[in-house]
Amino acid sequence: MGSVRRHVHIDRDPDTVWKLVGDLARQHEWFPLTSCRVEGRKRWITLPSGITFEEDIITHDHSLRRFQYRMVGNPGITAHLGTCDVLDDGRGGSVVVYSTDMEPEALALVIGGAAGEGLAKLKQMLEHA
Amino acid sequence: MGRRILFITTDQQRYDALGCNGGSVARTPVIDALARQGIVYDRAHPQNVVCMPSRSTMLTGQHVSTHGVWMNGVPLAADAPSIASDLRRAGYRTALIGKAHFEPFIDPFLRFAENRIGSAGLETEMVVGADGLPTPHRGFEHFALATHGGVGPFHYARWLREKNPAAAAMFFPVLDQQLQVNAGGGGDTNAPQVKHNEIPREMYHTEWVADQTIAWLSSLPADADWFCWMSFPDPHHPWDPPKSELGRVNWRDIDLPPGYIEDASEREHVLDDKPLHWRLWYDGTFVSNYEAPAKWVPRTLTADNVREINAMAHIENELIDEAIGRVLASIGARGWGDDVDVLYTTDHGELQGDYGLMFKGPYHVDSLMRLPLIWRPAASAHVAPSRVTAPVGLVSLASTFASIAGLQQPDYAEAARLPHADGEAGALGHERVLTEWDSVLFGKIVGARTICRDGWVCTAMLPGTVHDGTEGELYDLVNDPLQRVNLWGDSRHTAHRDALLDDMWSSLPTRVLPLRPCDAPV
Repeated sequence: MGSVRRHVHIDRDPDTVWKLVGDLARQHEWFPLTSCRVEGRKRWITLPSGITFEEDIITHDHSLRRFQYRMVGNPGITAHLGTCDVLDDGRGGSVVVYSTDMEPEALALVIGGAAGEGLAKLKQMLEHA
Repeated sequence: MGRRILFITTDQQRYDALGCNGGSVARTPVIDALARQGIVYDRAHPQNVVCMPSRSTMLTGQHVSTHGVWMNGVPLAADAPSIASDLRRAGYRTALIGKAHFEPFIDPFLRFAENRIGSAGLETEMVVGADGLPTPHRGFEHFALATHGGVGPFHYARWLREKNPAAAAMFFPVLDQQLQVNAGGGGDTNAPQVKHNEIPREMYHTEWVADQTIAWLSSLPADADWFCWMSFPDPHHPWDPPKSELGRVNWRDIDLPPGYIEDASEREHVLDDKPLHWRLWYDGTFVSNYEAPAKWVPRTLTADNVREINAMAHIENELIDEAIGRVLASIGARGWGDDVDVLYTTDHGELQGDYGLMFKGPYHVDSLMRLPLIWRPAASAHVAPSRVTAPVGLVSLASTFASIAGLQQPDYAEAARLPHADGEAGALGHERVLTEWDSVLFGKIVGARTICRDGWVCTAMLPGTVHDGTEGELYDLVNDPLQRVNLWGDSRHTAHRDALLDDMWSSLPTRVLPLRPCDAPV
């Protein structure tokens, strides 16, 4: 199983960060995606290469500020769990942690790279808003 | 007008692949002629033995610790120094044709320019340079990108799909469904990554790279100065040259390479004398990196597999040689022949059966580190032919290109230009050459640092998953050219070993931190 984790510190309070991160239809605003579509507990994301992934929304907990999802309907992906947490840093800021566990493990690295870029953009967006 | 530069690279090619270096299988008359007219480096090493770090060193003139591309999958920073940018600022037209690989291949998010350029069929991508002005990606105004087959976003794959939609499936699939290097085999002996490829020779990537190079050069005005990096994807696996060419080398007729040890017990004794990761990989119990099939066990490699893979690699070497001949003829026809410097090298070697192993990894021996490197200066420069035995590295290429163009050594480059002869090697600082390895694959950590100087090669294994930091390798290259006797633990050589290590640690650049993240397997 490929397991990756990226994080970023954002100088904004957790509720402000979660307002954007927790809006699952807006992830393409900060993650390298071209679109997100949410219907109930389902989401479809489209990548800049044109590939679309179907996802089951596993956890969407506003009190925990946690989002978890699973890529489904793709025979090439035999296991997947993505998790994004917005944590209170105790000093008025936030730490956003994005982790992915999946098979094939090679793809975990690719999603980890995208998450790193996404988190950097999220920080830039929120701190310069 | 100045001296033009044709920089030719292959991928994963051994020093002994070429006739001018003693190779006796592939016929390489074009490259051999360049060698006779120019400077042959007999001890040229890469600064890392996989593609992305090594290619980043060529472009930046920096060791891995400085440019930060410590493994395949770690992208070179978009604003990293580039000798191509310097040459372009000096008025050179610039192109990279073939395999670039400064950025990861597996990139569905299209985060990296190479993949965006290929996907959109662009020549380049413009960015804002350090001076605030628009500049092409890494200094290249023209990219025509290719990799090892017909799949993916690059220009060659797009061209191939247009010419023959069925052609991509003719190549051996480099990766399997899990995106691991494919452990499957084929050919006559079920050798790993071998296939009899039905593709017509004129559609094979070696021909396409030469055709694209000729086309770009033909587009330039006669008085243009130019820097053209012609980068062949072969003879890197998969070994699947066009089937029409298989008659060039019959695997049944070739000798086993000197580095292959036929007797299994002798082979395993040699492996057991090296640091533990060698034997663990041979037995298939520890795969530290993505550069070899994770599901393939090297101990299953047969002598006939080795013969067949070598034959296929040498067929690919011959095709490269002939393709270079076509390009040089085209350059001559433009009237540029006397004013073109040609540099020929590769990014790293290939085990190709040595020690019963294939592919590459943290194995700092001649199989992977001793590279073909030839500089045929322009005739107008009046540089005498020579063979250089002093240790040199690909880290010197950027400064060499600068010197050809009449530029100062770039301030970012960490090594002087290549010497014209042994006599000036010392004055230019070519006393040692350094190679680094770092892999961190989901908790499997391997690190190595190597120095080569004075006919010795010494590797320190860093603390990691299977090493505690006390292990290493020490070889006497004169008396043990196949590096079978590890003298690391021999008390008669302790003082010499420690002196080499002291020199290595004091010569390595300080590692730039934090480490750049690994964003893809390759």
